[in-house]
Amino acid sequence: MIDWLIEPFQHPFNQRAVLAALLIGFTNGYASAFVVLKKSALKVGSLSHALLPGIAVAILLVGLHDWSAFLGSLFAALLIGLGSLAVSRGSRLDQDSALAILYTAAFSGGIILLRRIGVTQEMDEWLFGNIMGLRNKDLWTNFWISFGALGVLTALHRPLLMTLFDAEVAATLGVPVRALNYLLLAVLIVVLISSLQAVGCILALGLLVTPAATVYLLTDSTSAIFWGGSLLGGCAAAFAVLAGWWLNIEQGPAIVLVLGIIFLAAFFFSPKYGLLGRRKAKPASTGRK
Amino acid sequence: MVSSSHESCGHCAHHHELRVEDVCVRYRHVDALRNVSLSTSCGSCVALIGPNGAGKSTLLKAIAGLLPLSSGQIFWRNTKVAKWSREIAYLPQRENVDWQFPITVRGVVRMGRYPQAGWWRPFSTADEDAIERAIALMGLEPIGDRQISELSGGQQQRVFLARALAQEAHVLLLDEPFTGLDYTSKSALTSILRRVAEEGRLVIASHHDMENVREIYDEVLLLRRETIGFGTVAEVFTEEGLKATFGEDAPDGKEVA
Repeated sequence: MIDWLIEPFQHPFNQRAVLAALLIGFTNGYASAFVVLKKSALKVGSLSHALLPGIAVAILLVGLHDWSAFLGSLFAALLIGLGSLAVSRGSRLDQDSALAILYTAAFSGGIILLRRIGVTQEMDEWLFGNIMGLRNKDLWTNFWISFGALGVLTALHRPLLMTLFDAEVAATLGVPVRALNYLLLAVLIVVLISSLQAVGCILALGLLVTPAATVYLLTDSTSAIFWGGSLLGGCAAAFAVLAGWWLNIEQGPAIVLVLGIIFLAAFFFSPKYGLLGRRKAKPASTGRK
Repeated sequence: MVSSSHESCGHCAHHHELRVEDVCVRYRHVDALRNVSLSTSCGSCVALIGPNGAGKSTLLKAIAGLLPLSSGQIFWRNTKVAKWSREIAYLPQRENVDWQFPITVRGVVRMGRYPQAGWWRPFSTADEDAIERAIALMGLEPIGDRQISELSGGQQQRVFLARALAQEAHVLLLDEPFTGLDYTSKSALTSILRRVAEEGRLVIASHHDMENVREIYDEVLLLRRETIGFGTVAEVFTEEGLKATFGEDAPDGKEVA
């Protein structure tokens, strides 16, 4: 039994995967609080899909290097994001519709392209990730991205939160609302890209929404939503990697599935906002009267 | 500029002026405001009255520095209002605020000290004092640590007022502060606004309810994209004035004898 539990820690690729899961889960968990409070999960989901065609075009143009995929996906996300803004301003469509049209079209193009240019990686890895395939170098890249993203987000925590609460009030208090919105979006895209290798561009969204959304059902404290989201993201992702090894299931989907199960548990059993918790509380309060 | 601790003009002999001169605001291709002018000063309570879409909110946002003017100028204390100013507080319409946002009453009031504290500097004792004073003035001490989602309409309005006081604003711009309040909250808010103005601040609020204009405000701006009239309540808030603003079916014409 103990051998079985310890076994995953004996392989270097497993150690790397657990470390990466902790790191990525923690950063995504922290960033997910912004996504949930900004109510922009849909937008972030579109951008995560936009990463794929960016990678495809980057590989087509310059081949697969460490930075080509990164820059390609960053560029594609920006292009789709700004493009949707341009379409919504230049027509009577709202931005969500424009975003949906552009990202699905680009995503389709990306799939067709990736299948044709004969990259060694499997399609599945781009879509659903391969956390066991991480090298030391990737781990370092992830570390620096997490470090940078967490640094920016914590340093700007106060004005960012004011912007999310009420952008107009924040603006009248001197917060550079527009610049912060762009910066936040840029950081979220970078965080998305950092989790690309681990969970792929479709599942990345789960990691960037679920942790803080779960904590949001459990507490009203703002700092608990941020740091609780980080801890939940990191621990759940690391646990899922191990569980994936023990039970022989794919780690990327396991991470998002574990988070989803914890979310459902909070949805039903949260003392304050849970479906069942509320039901129990109601008769008690009326009974007192 | 006067020292930053100068909170209101109540103790001063002079009065600070707000001048809105020929202000035009265009949204895309629609004129939201055309040549709107008014001139008032600290200690006054000004009502913006006009039909829906008359530009009341637009004018408030323009004074708050939230909207670019397509022409005209706004002066506060003889300085042009270009962008935001710590001395001008904007209180949005209650229905436009996300009351489910996870933040406490004190958390909202603390936002008022952002201009002083900046991006990451911890709050000084002066900041903390101003926050607690504002909470006490608005009678929010017992609910200071409550979530804003648990508040009544009157309490929500007072939280935003406390934020403006913590900000040490001279000018308070309120968008429909009385809408949706019950009778008790309305009269409580009336006395609060009166007090805030008498202490030497300038209160400007868009207003819908014609019945209580006289007890709350000193001056009235009748607005329908352009200025229909501006002056004291007695001068401007008349049956003819309201007819000119709203058309023939002026609201509660009988009340306005």
